[in-house]
Amino acid sequence: MTISADHAAQQPATAEPGPAQATQPAGQQDPASEAVSKFGITVEDYMLPARHQIQMVGPDGTLNPHTEQGTQPGHEYRLPSEAELLAAYEQLVVGRRVNDQNSALVRQGRMAVYPSSHGQEACQVAAALCLAEGDWLFPTYRDSVAVMARGVDPVQTMTLFRGDWHGGYDPAKNKVGIQCTPLTTQLLHGVGVAHAAKLRGEDTVVLAMCGDGATSEGDFHEALNFAAVFHLPVVFFVQNNQYAISVPLAHQSVAPSLAHKAVGYGMAGERVDGNDVVALLAVLGRAVKLAREGSGPLLVEAHTYRMQAHTNADDATRYRQDSEVAEWVAKDPLSRMKTYLTDRGLLDDDRAAAIAEKAEAVATQLREGLGEEVPVEPQDLFKYVFSTPTPQLKEQSAMLADELARDAASTATEAGK
Amino acid sequence: MSPTITTSSEANGNVSAATARAAAKAAATAELTGPQTITLAKALNTAMADAMHADPSVLVFGEDVGMLGGVFRITDGLTKTFGTSRCFDTPLAESGIVGMAVGMAMNGMRPVIEMQFDAFAYPAFEQIVSHVAKMHNRTKGAVKLPMVIRVPYAGGIGGVEHHCDSSEAYYAHTAGLKVFTPATVADGYRMLREAIDSDDPVMFMEPKKLYWSKDQVDLDALRAEHAANTERGMSSEGRAAVARPGTDATLIAYGPSVPTALAAAAAAAEEGRSLEVIDVRSIVPFDDETVCASVRKTGRAVVIAEAHGFASVASEIVARVQERCFHHLAAPIRRVTGFDVPYPAPKLEHYYLPGVDRILDAVDDLQWED
Repeated sequence: MTISADHAAQQPATAEPGPAQATQPAGQQDPASEAVSKFGITVEDYMLPARHQIQMVGPDGTLNPHTEQGTQPGHEYRLPSEAELLAAYEQLVVGRRVNDQNSALVRQGRMAVYPSSHGQEACQVAAALCLAEGDWLFPTYRDSVAVMARGVDPVQTMTLFRGDWHGGYDPAKNKVGIQCTPLTTQLLHGVGVAHAAKLRGEDTVVLAMCGDGATSEGDFHEALNFAAVFHLPVVFFVQNNQYAISVPLAHQSVAPSLAHKAVGYGMAGERVDGNDVVALLAVLGRAVKLAREGSGPLLVEAHTYRMQAHTNADDATRYRQDSEVAEWVAKDPLSRMKTYLTDRGLLDDDRAAAIAEKAEAVATQLREGLGEEVPVEPQDLFKYVFSTPTPQLKEQSAMLADELARDAASTATEAGK
Repeated sequence: MSPTITTSSEANGNVSAATARAAAKAAATAELTGPQTITLAKALNTAMADAMHADPSVLVFGEDVGMLGGVFRITDGLTKTFGTSRCFDTPLAESGIVGMAVGMAMNGMRPVIEMQFDAFAYPAFEQIVSHVAKMHNRTKGAVKLPMVIRVPYAGGIGGVEHHCDSSEAYYAHTAGLKVFTPATVADGYRMLREAIDSDDPVMFMEPKKLYWSKDQVDLDALRAEHAANTERGMSSEGRAAVARPGTDATLIAYGPSVPTALAAAAAAAEEGRSLEVIDVRSIVPFDDETVCASVRKTGRAVVIAEAHGFASVASEIVARVQERCFHHLAAPIRRVTGFDVPYPAPKLEHYYLPGVDRILDAVDDLQWED
């Protein structure tokens, strides 16, 4: 592979430097050589992921020796602080409880559907915790735990799945995009938010999430390319949970890894153990820092596993073996973190009980919030299509109001008989 | 990027980079004021420049819109005047352009983006239908998307395949999109300013065969009208116009078909028949009031549009008028539209396009003897 570090050489030759410069996207420097001088490695070594995935704490909960964390020059990671680790563990426990509670609510018929991130909680938590207050998160339908970990009210988060409206929280207020269903379309929205912020001189970073199957979509390509060409502070975070509903990764891509796709766009990629929240905090934290410092976009691929079916409507036994699922039980992100923190003396029974209590409080909030019958307002159908309803919508709104009034009148008449 | 298309219009030929630069320079230096004869292209260009002057959050981007000024030169000079942060080229990816504009609009900008040709916008269809149209509704109004998607559309320029589609029905059918289409030079300025001012997303359908049509307009007067409307919180948005008054029958047309309808009305006048021509201007929202007032007055109507007739905007107009004006009608409403065939090759397009004769034939069929 040959990559020219000299981007200027790739510009079309022109006799008039003036207009040619005018076509360069605003702020376009030479990100590759900048990164190279920062880390003292070749541009290939900067953009290609490290040879191995980054893993700091293994499945058994012990810290890997520094030489066995997958790091290499230019791909070095610091261990997060004790406070960061404890905060992350608390969110892991809350996230698992949220997943299990929501799945139960679906079984009870109190929620229409819930795509669970059971088993992927480390990715969910790290995606939210690596961002600063002014940063934006662009999640998918499976990222409810990340949305809540970012601070969005749990019941508002679940409105989409309860079925009374397509979204329950204000994206601008929370700096969290609406959980997106059409795959990877939200990555471009993240690119646009980052672009607008950059044009205003703000140091906003965007973290945009998608899954392994989604990397086959056209918008994945367009989003990564736009972010790279405009040199925008976006961290693309791919949760590779091995399956797109039923189709395994081998049918989506034969790239060496999904992180390797980064180099094709001129950005840096990295692979990380998606069930190791310590490594995730380190890798995503560094990616956010580099993006904020002006190193352009980055792509992080986390290896994890969707422990449950795609949704309650899916039957995972039709396409995967129980033995495969069992292998991943042993790699659970919560149990390894619990062992690690306990062994380091950071987690005792009292603290664990306090965390469990917080998780239970969120579960109670969800049960109570979703247990309530929320009255829907039929006129809301017309209220939000445009800022001001068109004459046609006013007519249709009046028609529905009339239907409802006649229904109410006949019900009252029936009752009076 | 546009493949080479066969046309006599200077916009579509191989214009050298030097010519483009000279044009950009001229555009940047010559401020247009007072009554003068300009093209629709220049009116649109001036509307964008004025909006960019008025509001720093207005951005223009798309394919070849920067240094080149767009393949139709509608963005001519904007990069030079406003710099590469305000008017810039993107990678060649329409979904990317629209999707990025959604994010920018979510974060305080007012993007005005160009789809190079009607049929080149189809890769962006998912972003337009699933996000541009729905974000306001999905978030109960918390997120507004004040963005304009400019689409040069329809035929009549001798363009090759994929350069002449009338795609307005796809957008008009999608709840949450406004769909505007100007037919006159003055409306080019007026309606693009209104579209940029709109807090809702607007599909701005530009009849490409009219880009080089000329008219005398007073841009200062149009600017003053825009300023006055803004101050009063009013506009002509969503209103149809009576393009030519008449008494015997109503021709309802929009965009590229308006000049054709006017020509038909002029020909009919010579034969002693007085036809009123309504320029729809805004497909969404639709001005039932103006259209129906005309049909109630004349009792007869023909709807004219270039797009295929089946399941079209023309069909919608016929249905709406019939529902509202049935007792005023002396004859069934006729449609004169493109045939239900893929847009034809350049040498066949004149058979396809609604022309004066076909319109007059339809008018003749409006049961005058009854």
